[in-house]
Amino acid sequence: MLRGALTITLLNLAEIPKRIGASLVVVIGIAGVVGVLISVLAMADGFLNTMERTGRPDRAIVLRGGSNSELASTLARDATLAIMDGPGVKADDSGHAIASAEMVAIVELPLRQSGTAANVTLRGVGPAAFRLRPDIRIVAGRTFKPGLREVIVGKNAMTQFSGIDPGSRVALRDSEWTVVGVFDSDDSHGSEIMADVDTLSAAYRRTLFQSVTVLLDSPDRFDAFKSALEHDPRLSVEVVREPAYYARLSEQLGRILTFVAYTVGGIMALGALFGALNTMYSAVSSRSVEIATLRALGFGAGAILISVFTEAVLLSLLGAVIGAAAAWAFFNGNAVNSLGGNFTQVVFHLRVSAGLVATGILWAVVIGLLGGLFPALRAVRRPVVDALRGAV
Amino acid sequence: MALAVELRQVVKHYRRGKEMVEVLSGLDLAVPEGEFLAIMGPSGSGKTTVLNLIGGLDRANSGSVTVCGERIDSLNGAGLARWRSRHVGFIFQFYNLMPGLSAERNVELPLLLTHLSRAERKAHVDIALEVVGLSDRRRHKPSELSGGQQQRIAIARALVADPTLLICDEPTGDLDRQTADEILVLLQTLNRRQGKTIVMVTHDQKAADYASRQVHVDKGMLIAPEDRP
Repeated sequence: MLRGALTITLLNLAEIPKRIGASLVVVIGIAGVVGVLISVLAMADGFLNTMERTGRPDRAIVLRGGSNSELASTLARDATLAIMDGPGVKADDSGHAIASAEMVAIVELPLRQSGTAANVTLRGVGPAAFRLRPDIRIVAGRTFKPGLREVIVGKNAMTQFSGIDPGSRVALRDSEWTVVGVFDSDDSHGSEIMADVDTLSAAYRRTLFQSVTVLLDSPDRFDAFKSALEHDPRLSVEVVREPAYYARLSEQLGRILTFVAYTVGGIMALGALFGALNTMYSAVSSRSVEIATLRALGFGAGAILISVFTEAVLLSLLGAVIGAAAAWAFFNGNAVNSLGGNFTQVVFHLRVSAGLVATGILWAVVIGLLGGLFPALRAVRRPVVDALRGAV
Repeated sequence: MALAVELRQVVKHYRRGKEMVEVLSGLDLAVPEGEFLAIMGPSGSGKTTVLNLIGGLDRANSGSVTVCGERIDSLNGAGLARWRSRHVGFIFQFYNLMPGLSAERNVELPLLLTHLSRAERKAHVDIALEVVGLSDRRRHKPSELSGGQQQRIAIARALVADPTLLICDEPTGDLDRQTADEILVLLQTLNRRQGKTIVMVTHDQKAADYASRQVHVDKGMLIAPEDRP
């Protein structure tokens, strides 16, 4: 049967140039579905990937109890000191806790592309912030000096927002701050602006902090640290492992992007499915006498079914490859920004991964199989004598 | 002599809209092995239906159809397809060759349903093309061949798996007289030299004259020669 199916399939494929228009409908339709699906999923994937990379299992973030995010959290200075004294917090050579009590504020900056204002996270960090987060690297200029109105900007933030190039002066609160450096970070901090926490708090006239991030001696010290802090009667805090915190922040947007991808992809897939059905019906119809002749010669229904399915799937796969290639060429690695968990923009890179390409191909195969199903059934169910006569 | 084809009390009707049209009304027919039978009759008489039933392309509503020793009216679709591939070679009025395949690939088609190796298939194809005198046209596509040559290729395709029975549906209906005669001589030779049983439907009395026996079908029944108008 397979030899017969192969022969009929090759016959069918040889006829494609005669039906190039109809065949292109399938290829282009499915290329569109796969391209859009992969692009939107790449957005979700890139966003989630960026958020997932923010954080290490041996770092914990401490918020006020009941707060979902840093913006909703407030911690008094004595609370931050108690947190940094918690069990398992790693100390540097001079015995200081590797921890950072931080202030978070939102600033509005114009997007480079549209000029519209969007929110950026402004983070005031403590002196140990760079030992706490060694993945943050200064790539241009220098870091800020405590006591001076200086900021450093994340590389991703700089590519997306205007007015924060090194040397620029940024209006924050009632005063102007100088951008003295650019830092790179593969995670969501790369979309932020950072300054010395005490200088920033003074400018914003704040006495409270939003969070404390600590480095633990090891990831398995987390439970003891959490238990100690959450049972400390002086404190009312929530202790979260850093990756879990950022996963929580990204969960909703990730879910929305995935929903949009599958909804838009699903609607387009329906259109492509009708295109495939139409093409395969016309393919089967134009070859009805040939198919009937093959059946008369003894080729079974299985060989005919396989040949129609194979043609439909091959056209769909061609569409999938084009769609995936287009998504990869136009979007892979592109930096985009979207609203993150703190109502601020997170800049991330679209990621057209092998997994997403596989998802696109799977969709194409399903569309091809469904598009080939009914025409294939029609081809084998039609009485041979009717088909030989060319009767409808 | 054993019978190659035996139809007993065969009834066949079709639905045309809401109406049932009876095409064959209790038809009996026996074709001995090695016979070249021509079935004649006016349009709509049911002769092609008889041919389709013998070739296992259609099913009778009642009665029995025994071909090459097998009750084919009791076979299912897959069984019937297998049976056709083993026992019957078809020759159609319009040749029904695959336009995308060369002559030799067209001839090879029935062999793809066998377990023959590529070399064995090639050997069979060579013989079949030689029998029909078209060895030199093996690489040509059907569109590069004349009508007579296409029909010869179709005959080679019908012969290549060495079937017991050749079913010919107006095999010369699309050909000029001279070419038609050449094809009919070829069929006659296959019948006489290779002992192939041939059942042929034709409108053409000259074509029927090549057969060893002629029967007439009218209004779904076989008409005895003395009853013909």
